[in-house]
Amino acid sequence: MNFPILSSLILLPTIGALFIFFTRSNKKENITVKYVALFTSFVNFFLSVYLWILFDQSTSEFQFVENRIWIKDFINYKVGIDGISILFILLTTFITPLCIISVNNSIKNRLSEFLIAVLIMESFMIGVFCSLDLVIFYLFFEAGLIPMFLIIGIWGGVRRVYSAFKFFLYTLLGSVLMLVAIISIYWISGTTDVVELYDIGIDVKYQNLLWLAFFSSFAVKTPMWPVHTWLPDAHVEAPTAGSVLLAAILLKMAGYGFIRFSLGLFPAASEIFTPLIYLLSVIAIIFTSLIALMQEDMKKLIAYSSVAHMGFVTLGIFTLQQQGIEGSIIQMISHGLVAAALFLCVGVVYDRMHSRLIDTYGGIVSIIPKYSVLFMLFTLAALGLPGTSGFVGEFLILMAAFKDNFLVAVIASLGVIIGAAYMLWLYKRVVFGKLINTDLKQMIDLNKSELFILSCLAIPTLVFGFYPDPLINTIEVSISDLIEMYNYKLASRL
Amino acid sequence: MENLQLVFPEIFLSLSIMFLLILGVFKNNSAKLIQNISLVTLLITAVITFNETISISEAKLFNNSVVIDYLSSFMKIITLLAAFLVLIISSNYLKTFKIFKIEYPILILSSVLGMMIMISSNDLIVFYMGLELQSLALYVLATFNRDQIKSSEAGLKYFVLSALSSGLLLYGCSLIYGFTGSTNFNIISTQLNSYEYALTFGIVFILVGLAFKISAVPFHMWAPDVYEGSPTSVTLFFTMVPKIAALSVFIRFLYVPFLNLIDQWQMILIFLSIASMLFGAIAAIGQTNLKRLVAYSSIGHVGYALAGLATGSNEGIQSSVIYITIYILMNLGLFSCLLMMKRNNEYHENIEDLSGLSKNHPMLSLSLLIILFSLAGIPPLAGFFAKFYIFKSVLEQSMYFLAIVGLLSTVVAAFYYLRLIKIMYFDKEKEKYDTDHSLWLKFSLTASTILILIYFIFPSQLIEVVSRINIIQ
Repeated sequence: MNFPILSSLILLPTIGALFIFFTRSNKKENITVKYVALFTSFVNFFLSVYLWILFDQSTSEFQFVENRIWIKDFINYKVGIDGISILFILLTTFITPLCIISVNNSIKNRLSEFLIAVLIMESFMIGVFCSLDLVIFYLFFEAGLIPMFLIIGIWGGVRRVYSAFKFFLYTLLGSVLMLVAIISIYWISGTTDVVELYDIGIDVKYQNLLWLAFFSSFAVKTPMWPVHTWLPDAHVEAPTAGSVLLAAILLKMAGYGFIRFSLGLFPAASEIFTPLIYLLSVIAIIFTSLIALMQEDMKKLIAYSSVAHMGFVTLGIFTLQQQGIEGSIIQMISHGLVAAALFLCVGVVYDRMHSRLIDTYGGIVSIIPKYSVLFMLFTLAALGLPGTSGFVGEFLILMAAFKDNFLVAVIASLGVIIGAAYMLWLYKRVVFGKLINTDLKQMIDLNKSELFILSCLAIPTLVFGFYPDPLINTIEVSISDLIEMYNYKLASRL
Repeated sequence: MENLQLVFPEIFLSLSIMFLLILGVFKNNSAKLIQNISLVTLLITAVITFNETISISEAKLFNNSVVIDYLSSFMKIITLLAAFLVLIISSNYLKTFKIFKIEYPILILSSVLGMMIMISSNDLIVFYMGLELQSLALYVLATFNRDQIKSSEAGLKYFVLSALSSGLLLYGCSLIYGFTGSTNFNIISTQLNSYEYALTFGIVFILVGLAFKISAVPFHMWAPDVYEGSPTSVTLFFTMVPKIAALSVFIRFLYVPFLNLIDQWQMILIFLSIASMLFGAIAAIGQTNLKRLVAYSSIGHVGYALAGLATGSNEGIQSSVIYITIYILMNLGLFSCLLMMKRNNEYHENIEDLSGLSKNHPMLSLSLLIILFSLAGIPPLAGFFAKFYIFKSVLEQSMYFLAIVGLLSTVVAAFYYLRLIKIMYFDKEKEKYDTDHSLWLKFSLTASTILILIYFIFPSQLIEVVSRINIIQ
């Protein structure tokens, strides 16, 4: 393969953004601008699907590797994918066009700037998932802050400034420690190339501190309790498309980072800190679920449920079993689809009624039936009903957790029940019940584009719920090799 | 016979200054002419420096009191180019305040000459001579808008405090001379005896003097007032050019005569660096005047540059040089924006004046956005790489505390940069600013923005140039 397919994936959205940047001056061109953005993101999506077709599932070697000298004798621009990263790339390229379609209703001013920000964001996110050099990874990981800060700050709600600052500073604070760790790794091991580092390993005596430094960054981004507080604020204030990007993809960077770097590079430290992760995950699951139960703002409720779901993800990753990690990845993909859909659902009613409060609604099932059906589907997927993708992930994670630590698994399972409680209660209060607020009668059901977006998200949710094999086949070999390497390194004290 | 070719740039520059002074006396209304000749002079000097000295790895002149090496050539060329750009973008500003006079370019040329001597100095006396030449010119530049009280105040304050620090510096020089018997850097290094405490005192006094010139905490007090009071174009000059010279003197002074005493001065530098980074970041938060804010931010940036020097390694020196180069680029862009905020012949320099800039002037605010994110050190912009190299060299020496404090202060500093971005992008718009900027102003803004933006595509070039600087043999 000579065609640099990964670099094209990274670059294409940026080129689209540049194109929009140079044609935006005229106000009437808003439509054109949107088509350009859509076109770019769709091309990117098909390119990534093509990548999935070409992808060889039978090996855990990195594929489509590109390696160029970037800073001489120091850093190489190295990208490549394995079974773990390809699904995240697909998720990114799948969600972005849907975001772009959804701006129809929600973004009123500065559309072209918004699309530029979204496209550049897409570039960075794909870059995060396929970089095979720590410095390159850091570069993409941090660079994403800029467009997201602007998305929240410019197009957000009333308290957007506070939220944007909180988001930016929290994440930056977590990440700078990771930068120290990355540079230290360079001086300890002489390289920042992930593949080489997998081979040579990192001296055990440094691992604990390095692990903690990476953890500080990923914990903020995941977000794990107690550093999750930026997420509800950011979600509530961000425009719908921003929330979708945030929930569906940005949060996954941390889960991906845990698998790729924390497990892969610091096995000894991961083993030591597993109880910490368990503790924080369980707290996240129970505690934030309880908080979610009490929310009056729909977006906030879903944001807290995201924290709980990510708690399952971290729990699954650190069970260090095949099912656990597989479950975590599927849970992340599923959460990417479902949380995106739920935020879009909130966005739909918000565009019509300009309220996100649960009280405002009630009894809308007869007014907007199509919406109610799809909303129900995603509610059920969020609580992990069998037959939806949410079930597969949670089930695998809990199964692995039961093998590893009974108590943790029991508590986490309780979280599933609370999860069902808040999601169903939310659905009941919004959709069913008496129609008290008469303004709701004016509501129009889903228009074509909304229906399209939500169906696009509903189909994979259902398909992967019944038939998760395509996902599992893709990640299986990579994960089993990762675990094998992990155990080998642990045994030989590398 | 000395090889005078090597000091050709300095000779040419001094002759041009004398010629321009005479021309200014004999020809009326020659401000524009002298400005143009000065620009050409700066460019020619840069070219001569490039041609004559860039290939010299090390040469010493005049009883070893002047040294020409990669460091001096590189720093001189940056100084000259920066001075050129300052001069060329400040003319509109000066005309607005009716201070477009012949003295301005001549003073800038004189201070540049002083800096070139400083950069090349290998002897305490030569160094002091260069320092005073540049300082005297700078005092006058600070008061250049003499009808304004603030400008006069700035100049006076700068003069008094700077004289004090020069005194300390001279006292340090005399101590060193007393205990080593020479003012020459190379001879000092052979005469060192670390048991002489007075020698340490000498180093400390000189470091204090230098820290003052580079405005490192705790010797920074003059900077915010002087930066605020001076005409903006002079502030631009202050934030960029003297820092290059002071930094190269710092490098040479610490690493040529006193490398063996690194245990004595390393802690001082670490303290200066940490104090500057933290103080610069925290104190800038409360500022409402953009020039004051830039002053504090430049204090912070000096802290990062000093962190590289504290490492005691060639990599550290190189990273500091890279840092100062990228910092100058960013500052140039930042001040070009400041110089564009003009409405009805009045320059606006409060942070509220940025309000809603993105609606009225999308391109200007986009450039400022990129520059500010770069100053905050967010990848993939140039400012990130500057910090990255610094921390790389700091961590090579296992100075974890310095690295972590430095990186945490970038988070604090990010706050006030973000606040500016917030004002530009999230707040309500105000009246529009004038758009009839000079071509050069637009050029310097566009060029610096684009360089900052695309630096990540070719990061090796600058490193390759800088990696030829090897002070520690």
